Amino acid sequence: MPLQEIDNFSISYLQILDEHGNLDDELEPQLSDDELVRVYRSMVLAREADKRMLMLQRQGRIGTFAPCTGQEAAVCGPTLAMTKKDWFVCSFREMPGRLMRGETLLQVFLFYNGYEEGNTMPPSSRTLPIAIPVSSQIPHAVGIAYAMKYRGEKDSAAVVFFGDGGTSQGDFHEALNFASLWQAPVVFICQNNHWAISIPRNKQSRSKTLAQKAIAYDMPGIQVDGNDVLAMYKATREALDRAHAGDGPTLIEAVTYRLSMHTTADDPKKYRPEEEVQEWWKRDPVPRFRLYLERKNIWNAALQEDMETEIKSEVDAAVKEFEQITDFKPDAPFDYIFGSEHAEIEEQRAEFLAASEARLLNKEAADA
Amino acid sequence: MPKMNMVQALNLALDQEMSADDSVVVIGEDVGVDGGVFRVTDGLYDKYGEERVIDTPLAESTIYGSAIGMALAGLRPVAEMQFSGFAYFMLAQLESHASRFRSRTQGLWTVPLVVRMPYGGAVRALEHHSESREATFAHFPGVKVVIPSSPRNARALLTASIRDPDPVVFMEPKRSYRAFREEVPEAEETLEIGTAQVVQEGGDLTVVAWGAMIRPTLQAVVQVQEKRGVSIELIDLLTIAPMDGNRIVRSVEKTGRCVIVQEAPRSFGVASEIIARLNDKALLSLEAPVKRVTNYDVVTPYFGRELMYIPDVERISGAIEETLDF
Ligand SMILES: Cc1ncc(C[n+]2csc(CCOP(=O)(O)OP(=O)(O)O)c2C)c(N)n1
Ligand SMILES: [Mg+2]
Repeated sequence: MPLQEIDNFSISYLQILDEHGNLDDELEPQLSDDELVRVYRSMVLAREADKRMLMLQRQGRIGTFAPCTGQEAAVCGPTLAMTKKDWFVCSFREMPGRLMRGETLLQVFLFYNGYEEGNTMPPSSRTLPIAIPVSSQIPHAVGIAYAMKYRGEKDSAAVVFFGDGGTSQGDFHEALNFASLWQAPVVFICQNNHWAISIPRNKQSRSKTLAQKAIAYDMPGIQVDGNDVLAMYKATREALDRAHAGDGPTLIEAVTYRLSMHTTADDPKKYRPEEEVQEWWKRDPVPRFRLYLERKNIWNAALQEDMETEIKSEVDAAVKEFEQITDFKPDAPFDYIFGSEHAEIEEQRAEFLAASEARLLNKEAADA
Repeated sequence: MPKMNMVQALNLALDQEMSADDSVVVIGEDVGVDGGVFRVTDGLYDKYGEERVIDTPLAESTIYGSAIGMALAGLRPVAEMQFSGFAYFMLAQLESHASRFRSRTQGLWTVPLVVRMPYGGAVRALEHHSESREATFAHFPGVKVVIPSSPRNARALLTASIRDPDPVVFMEPKRSYRAFREEVPEAEETLEIGTAQVVQEGGDLTVVAWGAMIRPTLQAVVQVQEKRGVSIELIDLLTIAPMDGNRIVRSVEKTGRCVIVQEAPRSFGVASEIIARLNDKALLSLEAPVKRVTNYDVVTPYFGRELMYIPDVERISGAIEETLDF
């Protein structure tokens, strides 16, 4: 008997605003001027925050962090498409989106200077803290989505971010499978920034696209220009509409680029050619979007200058505030180990406090 | 003898074993072109090629699981977990298979497989990059857990681990990676796995430590000896499992007093295990309760607070003095 084709598959690529600023006006999303400026400002703020944090890190004033430079559109576009009722489940490179969701620069600095205080959000927040073990957060989004469905919260979905490297983990595949079976309202956003530390995208997977991983789990998968904030917004908006309507999950592959180092502990010169980085700077999402705003006559050089000044002083103020906070409670880790007190933990706390006291006295004696 | 830091010494062990035995392969994330995020595998990719220094996709379970397969088929894989905090993704393979093949097949199939992982705190790192979870791995019968403390013993123990017929979890104190240099002989050197080392002999008290705790412990020992005119025996455990309990017992039979220094949280840890050994075999020699200087039973604080939690010279010397005075 001849082989019969029983199904066939294809993957589409979405781009609305190309790297030269050409616009496909049929695909252009209908966003208000306020929304457009808001998302642009978020991208510029994130770029500036990265720069400043790199300096602070080099001066030993904060610890290791993972810059987002180059990926602002791929994070801010989806965040703009979300409401406060949607859940933001991230890995460790989505600061621009976290800031859009209400996290403050002060919290960011506290977190990267080694204080859990940086993770505290208002109780109503649906923004989860940073997750460092790669892909470990993806199943959480699926469970959250299940809960939203179970509770009948039809206008809530979970949006989860992870990297190209993250698609190699079992957790990624297992989570997509669960989401598909449960038809859970979740949007999977893969930030394909072409590198997982030193491992290039083509050594992570032989799949031609990462979007096609959706096919195996029978969910829509789309590849999007991740440096095109309009396309990222639109793809996420459509995926969220489906999720909210009860039509299940979507996988979005954002094709973008990590213009900076993996983290401040990394030296990319060891493994990637500078020419490649230069090529991608030409596709920088920020100036591309600025051009679009200018062509729409909602932006100009004067507004840009005002905004840059404002952002600089916002960052300055946050750095100043951050460096003035020194009264961290030493025994806070004992406060949050369990929800109820336990005698053994309290014994250890007392011992810890006595040791801290003794250390202080010794230091004073030595200084005197 | 050239002076080396621990990173260079580990690199030397890998290089020499790879050059002596073509069944030795290195596998992990960023171990090839990048030479490892701490540079422990630096240069090996250029020297031995991509077939023997395998840059993998980001998937700890299959890094370790496929290394089990390689070992079953006669290779000698040295896998790397980028940080011990990400080794939990491979625990199922370790517990379910690596630790059991020898017993399961009555010795027919064995898993000579080393997994290296940087562990431990005090390096101003992000969450998951500072824990000491040696007790977790040591709790699986069939797994050897080795923790070096200096460049020289790191080199010798890694060489021995690669040649060992059983699965070894080789935990590298990252705080000590570049903290100091030591002379390391060019010529091959190994240390027996399962054997503790007496760093210095003494008659009045025994201190047991391992990994990154050896340095602050030695400092505390020297301080107390000078201050009190006593002599203290310091034992470096080097192998966590199987533990050289008898070495500690013999020492405590002589000194009658013991302090244990552990970077990990207090409960259910290696220090508790040592105390159980002393209870079994040296109880009647004890002149004071055995003291533990440990971290506390809290989730590892971010680095802003962590130094207050990890045992330091002050806490260690305090515990030694209290035990002497008991
Ligand atoms: C489970 C796990 N293994 C290893 C690491 C160390 N690590 C941190 S980020 C990273 C690469 C991640 O690459 P990708 O998923 O593409 O995200 P990107 O860093 O490019 O944003 C690695 C190996 C980790 N955090 N978690
Ligand atoms: Mg990546």
